[in-house]
Amino acid sequence: MTSLAHQQTAPSRAVGIETLGMTKVFGSLTALDDVSIRVAPGSFHALLGENGAGKSTLVKCVMGFYQPTRGTLLVNGNEETVASPRAAHSLGIGMVYQHFTLVPSLTAAENLVISRADAPQVIDWQKERQALSDFLQTTPFRVPLDVPVSSLSAGEKQKLEILKQLYLDQRFLILDEPTSVLTPDEADEVLGLVQDMTKAGDLTVLMITHKFREVTSYADEVTVLRQGKMIGGGKVGEISVADMSTMMIGETQIRERAARSQTSKKTLKLELAGLFAENNEEAPAIEAISLKVHKGEILGIAGVSGNGQSELIEVLSGQRIPSDGRIFVDKKPYEPTRQHMDQFKVFGFSEEPLRNAAVPRMSVAENMAFRTFDKSPISPFKGWLSPPPMRERARELISAYRVKTPTPDEPIENLSGGNVQRAILARELSGTVDILIVANPCFGLDFASVAEIRAQIMDQRNKGAAVLLVSEDLDEILELSDTVAVMSEGRITYSSPIAETDRATVGHAMAGQHA
Amino acid sequence: MGDDTGLMTVLLAMFAGAIRVSTPFLFVSLGEMLTEKSGRINLGLEGTLVFGAMSGYAISYHTGSPWFGVLVAGVAGSLFGALHGYLCKLPKVNDIAIGIAMMLFGTGLAFFFGKAYIQPSAPRLPALSLGGWSDHPGIRQALEINPLFLLGVGLAVLLWWALKNTRYGLVLRTTGDSAPAALALGININLVRLLATTAGGFLAGIGGSFLSLYYPGSWTEGLSSGQGLMAVALVIFARWNPIYCFWAALLFGAAGALGPALQSIGISRGYHFFNAAPYILTLLIMIVSTSPKRSLKGAPGELSITK
Repeated sequence: MTSLAHQQTAPSRAVGIETLGMTKVFGSLTALDDVSIRVAPGSFHALLGENGAGKSTLVKCVMGFYQPTRGTLLVNGNEETVASPRAAHSLGIGMVYQHFTLVPSLTAAENLVISRADAPQVIDWQKERQALSDFLQTTPFRVPLDVPVSSLSAGEKQKLEILKQLYLDQRFLILDEPTSVLTPDEADEVLGLVQDMTKAGDLTVLMITHKFREVTSYADEVTVLRQGKMIGGGKVGEISVADMSTMMIGETQIRERAARSQTSKKTLKLELAGLFAENNEEAPAIEAISLKVHKGEILGIAGVSGNGQSELIEVLSGQRIPSDGRIFVDKKPYEPTRQHMDQFKVFGFSEEPLRNAAVPRMSVAENMAFRTFDKSPISPFKGWLSPPPMRERARELISAYRVKTPTPDEPIENLSGGNVQRAILARELSGTVDILIVANPCFGLDFASVAEIRAQIMDQRNKGAAVLLVSEDLDEILELSDTVAVMSEGRITYSSPIAETDRATVGHAMAGQHA
Repeated sequence: MGDDTGLMTVLLAMFAGAIRVSTPFLFVSLGEMLTEKSGRINLGLEGTLVFGAMSGYAISYHTGSPWFGVLVAGVAGSLFGALHGYLCKLPKVNDIAIGIAMMLFGTGLAFFFGKAYIQPSAPRLPALSLGGWSDHPGIRQALEINPLFLLGVGLAVLLWWALKNTRYGLVLRTTGDSAPAALALGININLVRLLATTAGGFLAGIGGSFLSLYYPGSWTEGLSSGQGLMAVALVIFARWNPIYCFWAALLFGAAGALGPALQSIGISRGYHFFNAAPYILTLLIMIVSTSPKRSLKGAPGELSITK
């Protein structure tokens, strides 16, 4: 079998790879430009870079999803051409994708058995289960085998993804942002176990990430990519975080972090009183959520995704009917209807705006008019639309918010992610904002857009808006919030002014430990 | 006639009726369950059912062998299934729209070829007499059971087992639940769905042949009256579980047998209302088992109705 072949060529079980002058050209775009990296057997190598820096292109060339335009790949010192992911697997190279590739309705055991190329026609579960528990003994990971994967936690799913690769005897693992859906504690556990296996020489890891903390705590070596080129790298510990950050971002002008102005008087603006709601399975999703947001305050709600945040946002934006509880604005009852939103000046935006806040095939101008199309001057009298003022207004917003679009009539789906979000920002933030409800606003955006959007949120706070920020990005919460709350299993389990808490405390609360 | 014997007669008639009427429901719902487990919905099974009824009857008339008719009906059904499976793999094609087109195509084709077979009488499927132990004529009549029913029961158990314990079963469930996961495993999604839809069509065709060759037992254009569509509701009600499909089919069968059973003891008031029982049941089941507040439990994740 494959593992025997590897044992002959390498002293340990782990597989090492090396790329030489790897280049990939798509039409006029050079996605990957002459990248040479060496990942020694048994090492833990981090690949750093922004979105679009070429990290995915590089690993897809290694995995055989793409054929490199130029360059060679060495596996354990031998030159190899990887024609397909299957070919990569037979060389012992496996990948754990950012999104889970487990089948939700199958159990962990079923997922593992079906992943094998030689899965038997009729499965003898007694025998397979014995083999699986024997296999589990050889790894440090512990996962329940007999419940459907859909009921496992994110951390367990990620462990199972890694287990699946080990089960298939892949001894070179590519991990694509493996901790993006995990709590800090889960992330530490998973990466710690993986690190132990690399130290024992059982495994080699190439991890795509943009979290410096994970690089410094777990990786041995690091390579930084920017715009398809290899910018630098070396042993972790010999490069400072500041250097890595400069290598990643380059000379891009980043908008200064908006200063937090002091607000003296606390005026209550938005109050959620005992909100309950159910999820799509009719199980309780949020329970007894009571929160107060004051004028000029950012209340940040941290939490791992799937703990009720999206249901809370849906209730606040009128997409989900709460089963109990009330919302008050200025101590008056508030219903998330178009009329009330307009009256109380409630605005908001969220991640993946093309899905959540825009109609992809309508034009930029139309999308920007969603809040104003039924008012003068766009609607001169009831029920009528007048396109010229709408386009005129869109032009003003496009230049004020620097949205890159050929014309206001371009379908908004043709814009890049950062520009779509800026267009939505222009729509939501250009008027007076009293209450702002924001969910994961920077998800999947590049550094420059992230800095700009965070600055805009801070601007609104400084102008006196009450901001409710829900984010899975703990750093974002810690950077922006005046008050931090943690949501876990549908409840607010922790709340504290930002000055009186720290990363570790919030992280523990996210994991459901009520400290 | 006393009340007790009257009730007994109704219950026996409903039992016998449930078994008779449920058989096509059972086959069509098992077929639809297989198709939906692969991640596609085939609304065309109504057309497949009607065409199966016509072709089975025609073949039985020409060859004199009803069992050969059943086989041909199955093969004709699998051709319809394969066509649906092939069309749906083309880009930007919606399985529900294709299904409706296939439903109209199947019934239209069956009516076109079937005109000649409305009058003549074809040999019908034999029944197994399992009631020999009883002296009661009602019981003996109720236990005249068609082998296809037993075959369907066996098939439900087999499918239930195979979905858990065979490689094909796991591949089918994987394909229906998560296309990205199936792709990552190197599964040819379109092939799996084509085969599942073809097999589903085969079963629906057999279900159709039961209608024309056993009960009611002749070919007419109003034969199916929407049973292929009700099977879709039935699969949702049965939560994509073959064993539940069996119980749900039996329930629908009993509802369908209600009108004739009441008529057999002389209650003909509201006959048409009781005949509408399966449709009312479908409506009630859809109202009870779905809700705007939740998604369907147990539904294959790739189904276009759950996405």
